[in-house]
Order: sequence, then structure tokens, then C-alpha cells
Amino acid sequence: MNTVIFRTVAPFLTALMVLFSIFVLLRGHNEPGGGFIGGLIAASAFAIYGIACGVQPVRRALRVHPMSLSAFGLLLACLSGLPSFFSHVGFLTAHWVYPEVFGVDLALSTVIVFDTGVYFVVFGSITSIALALEERESD
Amino acid sequence: MAVTDHTVDVSHAMISTPVPPGDWLVVTPIIITVLGGVVCLMLRKHTKIQPRIAIATLALLMLSNFGLLARVLDKGVVTMVMGQWLPPYGIAFSVDATGAILALIASIVAFATALYGVGDSDATARRYGFYPFLMLLMTSVSGTFLTGDIFNLYVWFEVLLISSFGLLILGSDKAQLDGAVKYGILNLIATTLFLIATGYLYGLIGTLNMADIPRSVLTLPDKAPITTVAMLYLLAFGMKAAAFPVNFWLPASYHTPRIAVAGVFAGLLTKVGIYALMRTMVMLLPVHHAMLSGVLAVVAVATMISGVLGAMAQSDLRRALGYLVISGIGSMLAGIAVSTTLALTGTILYAIHSIIVMTGLYFVTGMAVRISDTFALRKLGGLYGKSPLLALAFFILAMSLSGLPPTSGFWAKVVLVDAALKAGSPWLAGSILVTGFLTTIALTRIGLYAFWRGGPEGTPDGTAFAYAQSHEVATPDVSAAYTGMWLALGLLVGLSLFIGVAPNGLVAIAKTGVAGLIDPSGYIGSVFGSTGGQL
Repeated sequence: MNTVIFRTVAPFLTALMVLFSIFVLLRGHNEPGGGFIGGLIAASAFAIYGIACGVQPVRRALRVHPMSLSAFGLLLACLSGLPSFFSHVGFLTAHWVYPEVFGVDLALSTVIVFDTGVYFVVFGSITSIALALEERESD
Repeated sequence: MAVTDHTVDVSHAMISTPVPPGDWLVVTPIIITVLGGVVCLMLRKHTKIQPRIAIATLALLMLSNFGLLARVLDKGVVTMVMGQWLPPYGIAFSVDATGAILALIASIVAFATALYGVGDSDATARRYGFYPFLMLLMTSVSGTFLTGDIFNLYVWFEVLLISSFGLLILGSDKAQLDGAVKYGILNLIATTLFLIATGYLYGLIGTLNMADIPRSVLTLPDKAPITTVAMLYLLAFGMKAAAFPVNFWLPASYHTPRIAVAGVFAGLLTKVGIYALMRTMVMLLPVHHAMLSGVLAVVAVATMISGVLGAMAQSDLRRALGYLVISGIGSMLAGIAVSTTLALTGTILYAIHSIIVMTGLYFVTGMAVRISDTFALRKLGGLYGKSPLLALAFFILAMSLSGLPPTSGFWAKVVLVDAALKAGSPWLAGSILVTGFLTTIALTRIGLYAFWRGGPEGTPDGTAFAYAQSHEVATPDVSAAYTGMWLALGLLVGLSLFIGVAPNGLVAIAKTGVAGLIDPSGYIGSVFGSTGGQL
């Protein structure tokens, strides 16, 4: 897939897809979407980048190894269950805060932290698999 | 979205009573191991820091499991429901004495493995995730022992499969991949059968909460195919536990991974199957269990005898140990087949004993190989001269596995044989004793060849023998390596002796656990409270 058009478009496409994946992650709170599907979209974004420009630029762009991102996601997901300890409820019980930001009620919760964790786990693991597979073919 | 009206009455869907902080001990094993595992995974390039994190994490896990056991013995079954959703809809973690003691012993063995791993895992193995996988393995093993939901049990089995698969192929050499494929495929079939059985069960009774299943099964019409479900569980967990004739995956794979991995596998993986078998057959489906007890008894005898005969026929140290794992599973199955309080107590004691001793024997093998650089019995010899301490450790562990006093194996066998005789199956008791005798022969053979004689085959009597090369440790921290390995071995040998000298406490705990399995009213009450959960 080494065409000029694809190589030119790929970075923009990747940026757009990552943005969209974050949108899907946040939207998943009350509507279809969520961390899993968001992570998949982000992973496919970097897979496309890898197909177009090679694996090394992707690894450089990510800065950390995707496996570490995956571990970070699991860390987030696990930590999101801990506030329950201090409010004497079961592990992973949802906690909500409603701070007013610029006059708008913003619903924040531990659920979104957990979902972000899922996002990183899926994104990290699928990306490292995809990059490993692409490396074999191209390099 | 109207955010202002977020005060809704949720008392029909959620638990409203506060959770005491002590109940968190039910989930801390999961939290601790996940956190330790991900930190190790993020630091996987720092091969010298990883063991420290892992050892600290697993020490914490041991402490937490001590606390959990104390709480369970003090207050009875402890339950926590994730996210406060009312059971049976919320996923419950319910721990009785059986789960708590097994989780504790498993964490001790994992701690020993982390110590042993300091000497056994080189930099490559650490970068490929020896320690993260070990902790993930402990997450799943703890989850299996602690969960109170049968679908959740399936999930932990999957996590177990993934982490054990990762541990098996750490070295990525050909034999390991070959072993991992056999291990992986057969275990995948077992978990698939488990999932199918769980699907049927849900279709029949509409609940998967382990406290809800026993009473829901009682209300089923006579023609309901619940026996099929019981059969499927028996087959699936039998495969997991390496029961004859579905145990060929174990000898095909256990001799391939590095010793620390083989040790923790031999200790934990098959016992998880035994635990699941006890939980489903004895507690959840007692009627069908009674129906299948004849099958179980035959399977038990076949597993015992075939295992120990396999061990006697092997000339490779690791393969022989693999067969001895299987033989031990047979004794545990015998206890489940008889299924009286005493017999199940024996099964739990035997499981605990086998977890400790099998891991210990693998560690001894690993250290023997450090001296001799071979697993072949023909090429081994003279180890007693090289390391009397190692020979002593082997001697104690061999006595324990054969069932001789003063070690943990003695009491496990005494209780099992006693139970079999009292239940009127002398042939079962006889097989356990014969197996013990054959195990002694198999281990004596190993001891004679590897430790006692002067040198490998062909060494003339009275000549000093030196191995051409010894297999030095190639770890990032050489000075700590031997300390770690000896500490690990000492811990396991000491534990086996301690149980052998003072078994009373453990027997009492096992009896409490069995009482809870046979009459799960305490378990049900813990999950559903005094109301009995009738919505």
C-alpha cells in the first residue's frame, strides 16, 4: 500500500480516527459506544498509519510501548474501584460528582475512569499485536 | 439530560447496607496482584527491579490472605457484591474456609516461586514477562478460589489459561511451543465445555450465582437435563484437573517450561480443577454428584495407578514429576468420590499438601540441574556428594509425597484412607495405599540414581566424579539468585514439615470448609442475607 495518496492522507486519517475514538469513548457513557469500541478505533488508526508509513514511525509517534499503555489501562480500571473503600460500599461501585463548569452541570464518575482504562487496554494490546504483525511483513 | 434529578430510589436494585472495611479482604487479592502485575509490565525493561516488586506484591498477597482466612474463620462466609448490585444480578465474591485456605496456600507457593524466579529467570524471561504473568496467574487463581458466581469462575479460568500460556512459552523454543499447543488446545476444549455447561445451566435455572444454584436446582422438574450439565462439568473440570483418561496434556507439556514455571503449574493449575469440581459437584449439584460417584471412584483409581506407573517408567526427572502430579490428583478424586465430610477433608488436605510438595520437588529438580546440567536419570548421580542440603530437601519432600510421617502427606493419606474404609470402599483405600507404596518406589529410584550413587551410569565405585560443566545462573542479580532459590525451597520444605508435625489447625480449617460445602446454608445466607433474597 505504498502509494503517494495513501501516505499523504494516512497521518490526517489517523489523527481524525483517534479524535473520533475519544468521542466514541465519551459518548459511550449514555449512548452506544464506550471504551472497548473506542480502543478498537484508535488501534485501527495506528494500524493504518503503520501500513502507510511503516512500523517505526508509529512506535516513535506513540513514544511508549503499546504494551505499557495496556498495563496503564488496567491500572486505571483497577484504581477506579478503590474510592468505594472510603464510602463503605462494594468494589467498583460507581461514584458520581457533579461539578459546575462554566454554568453547565458536568457529570463525572468513576465509571468513565474504568471505561478509559478499558480503552487503553484494548488500544494497547491490539496495537501491539497489529504492529508486531506489520513488522514481519514490511521489515 | 437532566442531571438534577439524580436521586432515585435504588433499594430494589442495590444493596443499601454499608460494607465493613474488613470485607474488602475478599477483593484485595485481585487488586494487589493486578496492581503489582501492571507495574511490573510497565517496568519490564528494568529486569532488576521486577523481582523486588513481585516479591513485595506476593508477600502482601500472603498477608491479605492470612487476614481473609482469619476473618472467614471468625465470621463465617464473607461476601462482597461488585458495584453494590443485589445478588443474584450483581457478581458476588463469596469466600468460605475452603476457598480461603486454598487461596492462602496458593499465595505462599506463588511467593516461593517469585523467590525462586530470582535465580531461575534470566533477563530475557523477565523482559518477556515472567513476573507480570506470574502475578496475572495469581489474580486468576485467587479469583477462582474467591468468586461466588459460576460465570465469573469461567472468566477466571480464561485468565488462568492466558497467563499460563504466556508462562509456558517464555523461552520460545520449539519444545515449549509444542508443549504449549497441546496444553492450550486441550485446555481450550475444557473451558469451552465448561462454558457450554454453564450456558445450559443458565437456560435451565436462570441464575449463575453459586448461592442461588443449589436451591434453584431443587425446584426443577424431574425431566430437566441437569444430569447432562453435571456430566459436562465433571468432564471439563476433570480435564483441568488432569484426571484419567483426559490427562494426556499434562505429561505432554509440563517438562517444557523453565523450572519456576513448571513448579507453580504443578502446584496450582490442577488443584484449581479439583477445587472447581468440589464446588460444582459437592456444593451445587449434590444429587447428581451422588449419582456419578461410582464413575468418579473408577476415574480416581485409574488416575492414581496410571500416574504412578508412568512416573516409574520415566527416565527424565521432569517427566517423572509430571506423572506424580497426576497420581496425586487421583487421591484427591478418591476423596471427592467418597464425599463424606471426612473424605472431603482429606481431599482439601491432600490438595494443600500436593500444592506445597509438588512445587518443592520441581524446585529441587531445578537446583539439581544447576549442578549437573541434565534431566536424564542415566546421566545424573552423585548429587548427595555435591550438595547434601539438596539431598535432604529431596528426601523430606519425597517422604511427604509418599505419605510417610512426619510430613504433610502422611496426614492427608491417613484421613483419605480412614474415610474410604469408613464409607465401605476398602478397594479405594487399598488403591491409595498401593499408590503410596508405588510412589515410594518411584521416588526411591530417583533418589538412588540422582543422589545416592557415586556418579552417572558407568562410573566405577569409589571414584570421585565431577560434572563436566555446571549450569551457572545467568540472571541479572547473581548474588541474590542462590539466596532466593534456597529460601523458596526452605519455605516449602518447612511448611510440609510444619503441617506434618502440627496438622490440627489445618484439619480444623478443612473440616469447617467441608461443612460449608456439604451444607451451603451459611454460604447462601451470606449472599442473600436473612431475607433469603426473595425479591
